Amino acid sequence: MTLRTTFLQAIIGGVAAIGLVASAVAAPLKVDAAKSTVGAVFKQLNVPVEAKFKKFAAQIDFDSAKPDAAKASVDIDIASFDLGEAEYNKEVLKKEWFNAAQFPKASFVASSIKPTAGAPAGTKYDVTGKLTIKGKTADVHFPLTVKKEGSGLTFDGALPIKRLAFNIGEGEWKDTGMVADEVTIKFHVVTTP
Amino acid sequence: MERYTKTAILLHWLIALLIIAAFALGLTMTNIPGLTPTKLKYFSWHKWLGVTVLGLACLRLLWRLTHAAPAYPVQMPRWQQGAAHALHLLLYILIFAIPVSGYLYSLAAGIPVVYLGVLPLPVVIDPNPELKPLLKLVHYWLNMTLLAAVCLHVLAALKHQFIDRDGVLRRILP
Repeated sequence: MTLRTTFLQAIIGGVAAIGLVASAVAAPLKVDAAKSTVGAVFKQLNVPVEAKFKKFAAQIDFDSAKPDAAKASVDIDIASFDLGEAEYNKEVLKKEWFNAAQFPKASFVASSIKPTAGAPAGTKYDVTGKLTIKGKTADVHFPLTVKKEGSGLTFDGALPIKRLAFNIGEGEWKDTGMVADEVTIKFHVVTTP
Repeated sequence: MERYTKTAILLHWLIALLIIAAFALGLTMTNIPGLTPTKLKYFSWHKWLGVTVLGLACLRLLWRLTHAAPAYPVQMPRWQQGAAHALHLLLYILIFAIPVSGYLYSLAAGIPVVYLGVLPLPVVIDPNPELKPLLKLVHYWLNMTLLAAVCLHVLAALKHQFIDRDGVLRRILP
């Protein structure tokens, strides 16, 4: 009897422990889509213009205690790119720009998230990963800032890319004197526990 | 007959030329369909011209506040003098209001103005999708008002020159 109780307790304890470990490792955070933004800043004749992707899905599995186990990926709906003018929004989906008909999604998958040396614990990370736009994949790395906000977390970052590496802006748009090659992708992701 | 000073004459014709260029460019660029590098370039040039007009308009106002305009000929009827003053006042208002409305329209559209591609000008309002179409309309109609006012201005000058032959036009000729 005593033995059985102990045995049962051990099993219950074990299951609970596994549950705890599992929740610590694989608990994707809930992304608050209404508060999160992903956009791009490009320079046109030196004028910074910011445009946002209105539809995207971010999956973040992050525990500041175990950044090595963190996973992050973002899927962006190219057709949701908003320059603030319906006519231009239609134009940039064409072949020379995003070619959205053939490549409707852009994606980012993180391959490693490491705490930045020297930064206070849990605030800054170095992220590397693969960015795919218009069918082209490139390795990227960028600094990530994590902040506690209320009961959730915010993830902020900016990653500089070269648009021509992804064939964005073909033909007469290849001229970087008009639209600069350097484009910064900016994101602000808000999660709730 | 007394003439305008050299400064006033220079400012008058320089502003006139820049306004004609900006006006023509404004109509041309908005007629280009879709999105092309030329269109974007014209938009930038148009904004640079507008900002230049605004700067010169400030100088012009300073000149006018510190100098009296040459007197009209004594035989010119009172009502015509009044009409001329009113039209000049309207032109002064428009050379300020038009660049300012265009500037705000650009900011409301989320596009800051970088003068000559090197000098970022102050972002005084945030991008505003509600205000944007309103400012576009205001910018357009102020320009149509300017077109009408300039036509009257030119017709009046020609009348003075060829019908009244009173030398009023010569006061501003280079």
